[in-house]
Amino acid sequence: MSAGSPLPVGVERRTVAGEETLATRGEPVYGEPTDGDWRAWNASRSKLGAMFEHGMETGLAGGDRVLYLGAAAGTTVSHVADFAGPTYAVEFAPRPTRDLLDVAQSRDRLFPLLKDARSPETYAHVVESDLDAIVQDVATRGQADVAVRNAQFLADDGRLVAAIKARSEDVTADPEAVFDRAVDRLGDAYEVLDRRRLEPYHEDHLAVIATPR
Amino acid sequence: MTNHDPAHAGWFADILPDDADSATAAIAEGTTDQPRHWPEIAVESGFAADVDDYYDRLHKATLDATRTAVAEHERADDRQLVHAIRSLDDCERTANELAERAAEWAGGLFADVDAGIEGAREVATYEPNTAAERRAVSLATRVVDLADEAEAIREFIERTAPAVAPNLAAMAGPVLASRLIALAGGLEALAKKPSGTVQVLGAEDALFAHLEGHAPSPKHGIIFTHEYVRETRPADRGSAARALAGKLTIAARIDHYSGDHREGVHEDLRDRIATIRARAEDDEDGAEGDR
Repeated sequence: MSAGSPLPVGVERRTVAGEETLATRGEPVYGEPTDGDWRAWNASRSKLGAMFEHGMETGLAGGDRVLYLGAAAGTTVSHVADFAGPTYAVEFAPRPTRDLLDVAQSRDRLFPLLKDARSPETYAHVVESDLDAIVQDVATRGQADVAVRNAQFLADDGRLVAAIKARSEDVTADPEAVFDRAVDRLGDAYEVLDRRRLEPYHEDHLAVIATPR
Repeated sequence: MTNHDPAHAGWFADILPDDADSATAAIAEGTTDQPRHWPEIAVESGFAADVDDYYDRLHKATLDATRTAVAEHERADDRQLVHAIRSLDDCERTANELAERAAEWAGGLFADVDAGIEGAREVATYEPNTAAERRAVSLATRVVDLADEAEAIREFIERTAPAVAPNLAAMAGPVLASRLIALAGGLEALAKKPSGTVQVLGAEDALFAHLEGHAPSPKHGIIFTHEYVRETRPADRGSAARALAGKLTIAARIDHYSGDHREGVHEDLRDRIATIRARAEDDEDGAEGDR
C-alpha cells in the first residue's frame, strides 16, 4: 500500500493469519484474525482503517483523547480505543449499542454513550472539551451538520476525521456533488486539510480531515 | 463555583462518588450548554482523587447508564405496541358511540348540543340541576375521559414505535407501523411475512372472498391509509401498494434483525413512488399530444 504518513503509535502493519494488514493490540471483539496480542484491522470494514491504508495524515498520534460519533457495534472504535487514550463512543441505535457495551467492557478508557450525535448538548456534560480528535462515521442525512455541531469538543489544533457517505445524503445525486456540498457546510466551522475517496475499500465514501477554524 | 449551576455542570455535580443510581440518571438525562475540562473539574471538586480515578468512575458510570438505557429501549417491545394500538381503536370507537348517545340525551335537556366528542366536551362543563342532567353531564364526562385516554395512548405509540421498529415507523408512521405489527402478530411475525401478504394485511375478508372465487383480488389492506397509496391515482394504486408493501417488509426485517436506521430503503421507496406517479403525468402529456 502507499507509504504516506506514519501510523499512530499502537497501529502497525503486520502479517496476521498470512495476510498483511493493519493491526492493534487489544482484546478481540468480532472474530477478527489475531497473532499473539495483535488483532487484524480490516480496512474494508472500517473507514478509518481505509484512511490509514491510503496514507492519509489524520493527525492521530496514539494516546489521543477522542470523541467517536457513530460507533455502531464498536468494530472500528475498538481499534481506536486500543491505540488512543480516553475515547468517548456515541451511538444512537440501541441494538448495536448492546455489542458496543461488550467492546467497552474490556477497554477501561472507552466510554459508551447511547446518544444522538445531532444533539451534543445531551452528552456535553460527559464528554470533555479540548479533545485531540473527532472520528465521525454517522449514516444519517446531514453528516456535515453533525460535524459542525460537535466542533465545540475539539481543541484549537484538534482534528476532525470524518467519513461522508454519499447515499446517506441523497441516493440519486452524483456523489461528487454531495461531497462538495458537505465540504462546503464543514467550512462553517472547519478548515478542510485533506479530502479523498475511500475506494476500493468503501464505495461512494469521502474521507475528510479538517481542523477547527 | 460555576459547576453548581445545572446548565453548566458536569454529570458528577451533586453526586456522591459511590451513588451509582444517581450517576446513571445524570448521564442518561443530563444536558449542558457546552463541554468543559470535566476530569480536572471533578478532581478539584473532590469527586475523584485524580484524573485516572475520574476515568475509572466514568467508565463504570457510562457502562451502567448505557446498559440501562439499552435495556429500557428493548423493554419497549412490540407486545406493548400491539396492546396499545388495539386499546387506541377500542377507546376511539367507544368514545364516538357514547358521544352520540350523550349528545342525544343532553340535546333533550340543554339547548344547542353539538354532536361528537367536541359536543360531549361542551356538555361536560355544564352545571347540572336535575337528576337527569346529572346523568347526562356525567356520561359526557366519561366520553371526554375516554377520548383523552385515546389521545394519551396515541402519544405513547408515537414515542414507542420508533424505538421498537425505527425503519418501519419512519416509513409508515408510528400508528400504521403499530397496526401492521398487530395484524401480523408481532414484529418477528411481520418480518417473516412475504410482501404480498403485507400488502393485503387488514383485507382478509376481501382476500377470502377472492379465494372462494367470487371477488377480484384485493389490491391493498390497511396500507391504503398510507399517503403513497391513497394519494396515488386509482389506476396506479396497485403498483404503489406493491412497492410500499415490498419496502415495508424490508424495513420490518431490518428492524427485527438489526435495529439500525438505514436511509437507503427509504430513498429507494421515494424514488419508486415518484416513478409510479410520473405515469399519470406522462398520460396527461400523451392525451394533450393526441388533441
